[in-house]
Amino acid sequence: MAKDRIFGLFMIVLALGYILSATNIQTSFMSDPVGPRVFPYMVAAVVILCALVMVLKPDPDAEWPTLTMALKLAAATAILIGYAMTIRPLGFILPTIVVAGLLSYMINPRPVPAALSGIGLGIGLFVLFKVILGLGLQGLPRALMG
Amino acid sequence: MDIISNLAMGFSIALSPWTLMLAIIGCFVGTIIGALPGLGPSNGVALLIPISFSMGLDAISALVLLTSVYYGAMYGGRISSILLNIPGDEPAMMTCLDGYPMAKRGFASDALVISGVASFVGAFLATIGLMLLAPLLARVAFQFGPAEYFALYMLAFCTLGGIGSNNQAKAALAAALGLAIAMVGMDKTTGMPRFTFGELHLMDGVDFLVAIVGLFAVAEVFHFIETHGRDSAIGVKLGKITVNWAKMWSTRWAMLRGSGIGFLAGILPGAGASLGSFLAYMTEKSVSRDKATFGTGNPRGVAAPEAGNNAAAGGALIPMLTLGVPGSGTTAVLLALLLTLNITPGPLLFTERPEVVWGLIAALLIANVVLLLMNVPMVKVFVHILSVPSWILLPGVTMVAFVGIFSLTGSSFDMLLMVGFGVMGWVFRKLDIPTVPVILGILLGNSMEDNLRRAMVLSDGDWTYLFSSPISIGLWLAALLGFVAPIFLRAVLKKPALPATDDMSSD
Repeated sequence: MAKDRIFGLFMIVLALGYILSATNIQTSFMSDPVGPRVFPYMVAAVVILCALVMVLKPDPDAEWPTLTMALKLAAATAILIGYAMTIRPLGFILPTIVVAGLLSYMINPRPVPAALSGIGLGIGLFVLFKVILGLGLQGLPRALMG
Repeated sequence: MDIISNLAMGFSIALSPWTLMLAIIGCFVGTIIGALPGLGPSNGVALLIPISFSMGLDAISALVLLTSVYYGAMYGGRISSILLNIPGDEPAMMTCLDGYPMAKRGFASDALVISGVASFVGAFLATIGLMLLAPLLARVAFQFGPAEYFALYMLAFCTLGGIGSNNQAKAALAAALGLAIAMVGMDKTTGMPRFTFGELHLMDGVDFLVAIVGLFAVAEVFHFIETHGRDSAIGVKLGKITVNWAKMWSTRWAMLRGSGIGFLAGILPGAGASLGSFLAYMTEKSVSRDKATFGTGNPRGVAAPEAGNNAAAGGALIPMLTLGVPGSGTTAVLLALLLTLNITPGPLLFTERPEVVWGLIAALLIANVVLLLMNVPMVKVFVHILSVPSWILLPGVTMVAFVGIFSLTGSSFDMLLMVGFGVMGWVFRKLDIPTVPVILGILLGNSMEDNLRRAMVLSDGDWTYLFSSPISIGLWLAALLGFVAPIFLRAVLKKPALPATDDMSSD
């Protein structure tokens, strides 16, 4: 089963949705001859054309990950999403230690080096960014800092 | 002489102790980034833009720092090619072909020295070429109206899609997706929101830095996890670094030819450093009398692609600075840098802000000298850094990506968007869809649409206006040629395979 075909179909659906959304763009009285909708229509047409080529003439499949690897990648995505959500309320250091440690463990499943690299990166990068480069980072949870 | 006085002005800006220090730091960091497998000039510079911006550096300092990183990464790419047979980035691939066999035969030090000098020659000559050609092209660019700019953007997308990928449909799809993403946000002409779905964060559009860091750096993280992050085990012996002058002198013509070819390849929009190093290698192989020794450790097979790749990096700056059209992934990232600093490239840049242009050129020359000094006698320092295990390196890269975007925008939404772009980059890589056109589309989308609409205002809605001047007709024809010709040339332009690694150092 060619993944190119699935992706092509998905892109066609997406482009149709894009066109639908573009028809709802409001124009104001001070518009130009082209207006804000034409260029999006053109772009979506190119997407549909190319996606059709992918559906009709797919390339041979690359090697896709096995189920375990797919779960691992999904877990990595979830970890990164969690990181994006927590870095603001919890400050930089704690989420970084946890996330860096987890990622490290995913690459090399030995708990002690993973924990050490998490702690090292969490504190080391904070010192580098906050103290040396002077970026505006919050180190610890806001609640603790008062 | 105009050029001399301009250059003197550039040096007066770039030679202060502060900027010199930034150049040295940038070169050092850049060489490390280039040398680490999986990190190259584009994702290296992409990671550092948000950080240097949040540090509040002024335009010239940020430019000096990041172009030093850019040139440094071009130099550094050769180290992992030669010692590990893993190209740090795509343009460094050709250096593997003869560099790794040379290292295996015990000439690792020669290969590193020759490639370092070749990088210097290529980059230095290209910077001179940039000084001579860019002001001329800027003068031509003054005659470009909206119709010509629209055609020029088409040319950039077409050649990038034609030359840079294996499947035209996929490259065009990627470019169109980038353009579609660029449409998100408020329409400048009418002030109406487009594709924001009521989300306030999207009113300003998708920040191109978020997209670049996601597509280049975060996608690399997923790729790394999937391939189990090959640890860089150095399989070859590296003795004391000595300079073999005779061997180096024997490669002088290879370096000069490589520089010339690379420079020309770099100027072409959409071609860039990969094509430069490829053509330089192939030319060198075809003109030399001992063709059979190429691929088995011929020093000229190291010198030519390295000179070509660095010369192309310099040449690629010409269309980027004079027309605002980047030719490759890395120059697209540099364009993002300029736009972040509120510098609009184009012909006006040369007349209105000459200090930026000439300061940049002076910085490039300085960075080159610093890099030559760093990369020949001190190359061992970088070799040690290569042995940082991937289970420390990779989480580190991830954190730097997040810190950069977080300190730039301060919003969780943008970090989530970045993760989304990372997933997208990984899927695209699996499907063999190039991601550079997506970036280019996001970067150029708004001004492409703007030029189209301005052209239509001028012609009062007559679409034939787009093809009405000789310059625009020429650009359209070149675009068509650039898109279609590679289909027929594909058999000729087939890339040779990497030399086999016989031990544990790769899979």
